[in-house]
Amino acid sequence: MAATSTTVHGAGPIAGSRSFIDRVRDGDEIARLVTFVFAGVTVLITLLLVIELWTGSAASRHKFGLNFFFTRVWDPNSGDFGALPFIYGTLVTSAIALAIAVPLGIGAAIFLAELAPARVSDTLQFFIDLLAAVPSVIYGVLGVFIFIPLMREYIQPALSNTLGFIPLFSGPAYGIGFLTAGIVLAIMVIPYIISVSREVLLSVPRDQREAALALGSTRWESTWKVVVPFARTGIMGSIFLALARALGETMAVTMVIGNTPNISASLFSPGYSIAAVIANEFTEATGDLYLQALIELGLVLFLLTFILNGLARILIVATSQRGGGGH
Amino acid sequence: MSAGNARLRWRKLVSGFMLAMTGVCALVAVAALFFILGYLVYHGGTSINWNFFTKLPAPVGETGGGMANAIVGSAKLLLLATVIGVPIGFLGAIYLAEFSTGPIAFVVRYAADLLNGVPSIVIGIFAYAVVVLPFKHFSTLAGGFALGIMMIPITLRSTEDFMRAVPNTLREGAMALGASKWRTIATVIVPAAYRGILTAVLLAFARVAGETAPLLFTSFGNHFWSPGWNQPIESLPHMVYIYAISPYEDWQRQAWAAGLVLLGLILIINILARTILARGVSVPRS
Repeated sequence: MAATSTTVHGAGPIAGSRSFIDRVRDGDEIARLVTFVFAGVTVLITLLLVIELWTGSAASRHKFGLNFFFTRVWDPNSGDFGALPFIYGTLVTSAIALAIAVPLGIGAAIFLAELAPARVSDTLQFFIDLLAAVPSVIYGVLGVFIFIPLMREYIQPALSNTLGFIPLFSGPAYGIGFLTAGIVLAIMVIPYIISVSREVLLSVPRDQREAALALGSTRWESTWKVVVPFARTGIMGSIFLALARALGETMAVTMVIGNTPNISASLFSPGYSIAAVIANEFTEATGDLYLQALIELGLVLFLLTFILNGLARILIVATSQRGGGGH
Repeated sequence: MSAGNARLRWRKLVSGFMLAMTGVCALVAVAALFFILGYLVYHGGTSINWNFFTKLPAPVGETGGGMANAIVGSAKLLLLATVIGVPIGFLGAIYLAEFSTGPIAFVVRYAADLLNGVPSIVIGIFAYAVVVLPFKHFSTLAGGFALGIMMIPITLRSTEDFMRAVPNTLREGAMALGASKWRTIATVIVPAAYRGILTAVLLAFARVAGETAPLLFTSFGNHFWSPGWNQPIESLPHMVYIYAISPYEDWQRQAWAAGLVLLGLILIINILARTILARGVSVPRS
């Protein structure tokens, strides 16, 4: 809701013509001051968060520099910390999640925006919103008790039997690992892609569709060749939004990825992600450098999601403005 | 001519097929929700009993026990989060919607959106740095602080939208009657937008109610009661996590039950929030 909000013009403050003294006596200036302080607190907290992440990881940043991102050793005993396996795990699981969630999500959004009658579309969207509200630890539970056995017994053996010649799908089937984490993540981010893409598709002006249909295109051709390209940037925005969610997701991934700092071409092998290593090791981090290395991982996560969310917002706003009140 | 017809038939076939596929996509997404709900009810439903709500967790090796401490713990954490998050979000939103002009509003909105996108585990690190470290131990306070911070941007941004949606004629009418600005806000604008504001608060509450990651190293967890606000405390989502990854069958059984209670609570709040909103508010959605 907050992510797609735009400013309603003309609903702003009304300029009073009374004098400053009058406004103080009426309590207006006091109300302004009080609400201003609370609004300022939001900014302060955000600033403080960035500062804490930056200063909290100072020693780690100075000691390892850029090598932090390219070293694969993570050894608390010797004080060597390299984030490569975690970055790798985060990127691979997010890529798998998007590979599954993007086609499914966009397909569903097209159905909701273009085909389904308004009443059906709203009802289905209601369920999609509820799906987005399911907490990640619940996905973790389902992952542990349903996906891991399912992957181990059926899906991974089947994949390695048919596609085993590709390194991605070779190796022993543990059940846990990159692929399982990616699939669980996919289910988690689909609602975000659907909700935002649906909004964007609905904002495409009606005459675009009518023009395409009048030129003799079929319903699908008008959707795929006219409406979707029109909404393209907004749909990209929804994908970035979903990617930001996937990168920062902690609990579900921690419960199914296997928690082994490991870089392997096989998607079946256990791995680790940035968020998962923070979740697992933060409380037992002994020594300053260890803790600082973990905080630096948090900083990396923060920066990644910061950039992606920013891009997403720009793209979504750009499309809705182009649609210009089409519905 | 017949070639043209064949081509048209083919295009119609493709159209029908692809449109049907989009329906399948939508069906799969919605089915996921019912699958999740059904599985939780199936596995957890039988384990929800009186003991679950009234007993402390049983020691390892013993069966039975409940999650009374986690339920009370979650309630305390969420109470604290609401006390921290809602006033800041609500009053900040009043400033944005009614008082602010120009660059300050932009900065506040930008900060709120930024905060909204921060992964919850990073919020946990932040709460650890500013609350746990100075107090030197994990506490209810730290956990509530982390959850409260997560509530701020959600409450703030949607409350602002709902207040802006109140027609300007209401503002002008109140001021024409001689009401001061803050009186207009308190007696006209906030009451006019209260359904929307309530929805925003409920959704923010539901969002943080299921959060586990920011609690891992703030409220930490506790197998017993946690008196006061300055000790580690158990929470329902954290209990789901540690019981689900435990090797004990009885704990895993209870993880399902706790998951069901948690999900049920969150879905009910969500449905409630959306029902409140659906009942006649004049709110143009963006």
